[in-house]
Amino acid sequence: MSKDEKNKDLSRRDFLQKGFRLTAALSLGGLGIFLAKDASSEDGLWQIDPSKCVQCGRCATHCVVTPSAVKCLHVFDMCGYCDLCGGYFRPEAKQLHTGAENQLCPTGAIKRNFVEDPFFQYEIIDELCIGCGKCVAGCDAFGNGSLQLQVSHDICVNCNQCAIATNCPADAFERVPSSKKNISKGFSGGEDV
Amino acid sequence: MFKVYRNIDFFDCPFPKGSKKDYSTSLGIRQCFQRILPLGSGQKFFEKLIREISLVLLTLKSRLCFSRLKPRLIPLILVLFLSIFSFDASAQRFPKPEFESGFEQEAHQLTLPRSDFMEYFDVFVLLVAMSLITWLILKKRSRKGVFWMSIFSILYFGFYREGCVCSVGSLQNIALALFNPGYKIPLTVLAFFLIPLVYALFFGRTFCAGVCPLGAIQDIFAWKPLQLKPWLQKMLGLIPFIYLGLAVLYAATATDFVICRYDPFVGFYRINAEFTMIVLGGLFLLTSIFIARPYCRFICPYGVLLNWMSRFSKYHMTITPNECIQCKLCENSCPFGAIEIPEVSVPKEPKKKSVRRFVSLALIIPALAILGAWTGAQFHENLAMVHPKVKLAEEVFIINENGGFDENNTENETLEIDAYRRSGQAAEELYAEAEIILKQFYTGGIWLGGFLGLVFGFTLAGLSLFRYREDYEPNKGECLSCARCMDYCPVEKEITVKN
Ligand code: SF4
Ligand code: SF4
Ligand code: SF4
Ligand code: SF4
Ligand code: SF4
Repeated sequence: MSKDEKNKDLSRRDFLQKGFRLTAALSLGGLGIFLAKDASSEDGLWQIDPSKCVQCGRCATHCVVTPSAVKCLHVFDMCGYCDLCGGYFRPEAKQLHTGAENQLCPTGAIKRNFVEDPFFQYEIIDELCIGCGKCVAGCDAFGNGSLQLQVSHDICVNCNQCAIATNCPADAFERVPSSKKNISKGFSGGEDV
Repeated sequence: MFKVYRNIDFFDCPFPKGSKKDYSTSLGIRQCFQRILPLGSGQKFFEKLIREISLVLLTLKSRLCFSRLKPRLIPLILVLFLSIFSFDASAQRFPKPEFESGFEQEAHQLTLPRSDFMEYFDVFVLLVAMSLITWLILKKRSRKGVFWMSIFSILYFGFYREGCVCSVGSLQNIALALFNPGYKIPLTVLAFFLIPLVYALFFGRTFCAGVCPLGAIQDIFAWKPLQLKPWLQKMLGLIPFIYLGLAVLYAATATDFVICRYDPFVGFYRINAEFTMIVLGGLFLLTSIFIARPYCRFICPYGVLLNWMSRFSKYHMTITPNECIQCKLCENSCPFGAIEIPEVSVPKEPKKKSVRRFVSLALIIPALAILGAWTGAQFHENLAMVHPKVKLAEEVFIINENGGFDENNTENETLEIDAYRRSGQAAEELYAEAEIILKQFYTGGIWLGGFLGLVFGFTLAGLSLFRYREDYEPNKGECLSCARCMDYCPVEKEITVKN
């Protein structure tokens, strides 16, 4: 190849490069502007829609964090403070006392506090709860549904794709903007669903 | 009055069985309650009354063993109750009591997420890191600097941020946002997607050099890199395109984020992960010792985009700071096989031959694209089966073909079917939803196949082309700007003596 030809070749290559670079820059810019118009300034967070959840138990096993970032949330506003709590006692429980054999929760994460006759307050100990949803199912079936599974933001690492969401049979997980960070059923302190 | 119902066997309810799992009878008793407790709002007296009646009923149930009563009696009792009180399912079954002891309800145990400000701070850190590493590579030409940047990224974007959100995964958010108007992409994620690409367009893949947490962790394991055969490298290099296509397809149809699901290193960064993920990640790191950065070169779908941008980069790094003296010292220095050796003796082929080749390529490439699109369309149903809704619709269809749900035998059904049955959605509605998704996959399959056909076509074309090159140069697309080769070049920066 002669010098001239080579230079011609190089300058043509240069020109093509410039053209392609411009095209790429324009498409990146266009894509950016197009998406930014509709983008949200808030971060996206994962939450469970408690009205969809069927307490399948996968929340306890599919989270990338162990124990799961999903915990039971007790919505006190909805609680009947029942003595015989469907979320606390095992179905076969013979007596209503706090013996481990009577408790539904596999980790003993629910604390039963006496309030006044005949009412008891049930408190979830987050450190023990593994998000298995057994109590939630019990409360849903026999009580008011005040026990609900929910993603705990302080533990959740906010995966771009929640590993539980991909496995949830009820499609109960959703991305919410950070201003709506707590969704729950019938809860006057948070956002209702 | 309240204490009489102790010791009852709550679960011995005579109503039809519904739900499986622990609560074999839960649906039954639930139905009882919903009918027994028709609570309106504000009717304090009635609330108390109902509460007591229901408790008495339960006591009766245990004392007299309700289940031994003739089942025919039970609907009668229910009808009695229903006729007295209006039915309101949305209200609470047991109203919140009014405490007489002055008990104050506790505040709810709500948790707070990381603040939005911190998310923006991450974008800021990314910008600073990108600028710093670009400066280190292009101006300082410092491999050491790049290494320390890698360590920083492993610590910050890796262990501290636990790998999310990363630029690689963000491409799925882009696809999701483009095709699903309902999804509002956070600005921070958009920034994570765009910033490395913009830098690549000007300075090459400096993001890969030491800012990407996935690349960085592999990079520090590249101890004994072997050179791969060029044809093998080319073949394996096609995988990222397939992965990119699939990832975009599944993200655009809101099926799944496959890149995140199969991210091999995020398990390390979160310290705990599924066992299989740890094994996969471990294998990748072991491989990294001999085949440098296997994920980056043969898997990473974002790398494809960076590769395209970097090809046209204006200020891409060069091996030599000055002029190449053809000493060949750097020839084998690149652990990623990204250095191209000079090709000065490009065979000058006769015009006729090159025209013929051009024509045949011009025919082959579109033909491949069309063939790909056709294949993609053929396989759209297989692709769509990954979507949970399509899968569910398929299963429900089979069940309905075989005579519908067996209410008495729910033990063996999958959780998905169980959840569907409990949601009470009509089968037709489900089929209609699945139909829409299938249509999306049909279109998506065509695009995916066409895209892959083009990629194969252009790879073929690339193989038959020779580019004139005098010096040792990094392949701008494949070079990860890791700055290793620079150390091998004996040429000094400041040779200016020239005539
Ligand atoms: S995976 Fe879904 S259905 Fe199962 S417990 Fe969690 S939220 Fe509920
Ligand atoms: S039963 Fe499961 S979800 Fe409920 S408190 Fe115990 S561990 Fe948590
Ligand atoms: S986003 Fe990740 S950490 Fe949070 S609940 Fe889902 S899987 Fe667990
Ligand atoms: S090729 Fe992909 S994984 Fe590797 S460093 Fe670049 S962006 Fe990260
Ligand atoms: S900077 Fe050099 S050694 Fe590193 S990837 Fe590029 S060509 Fe290879």
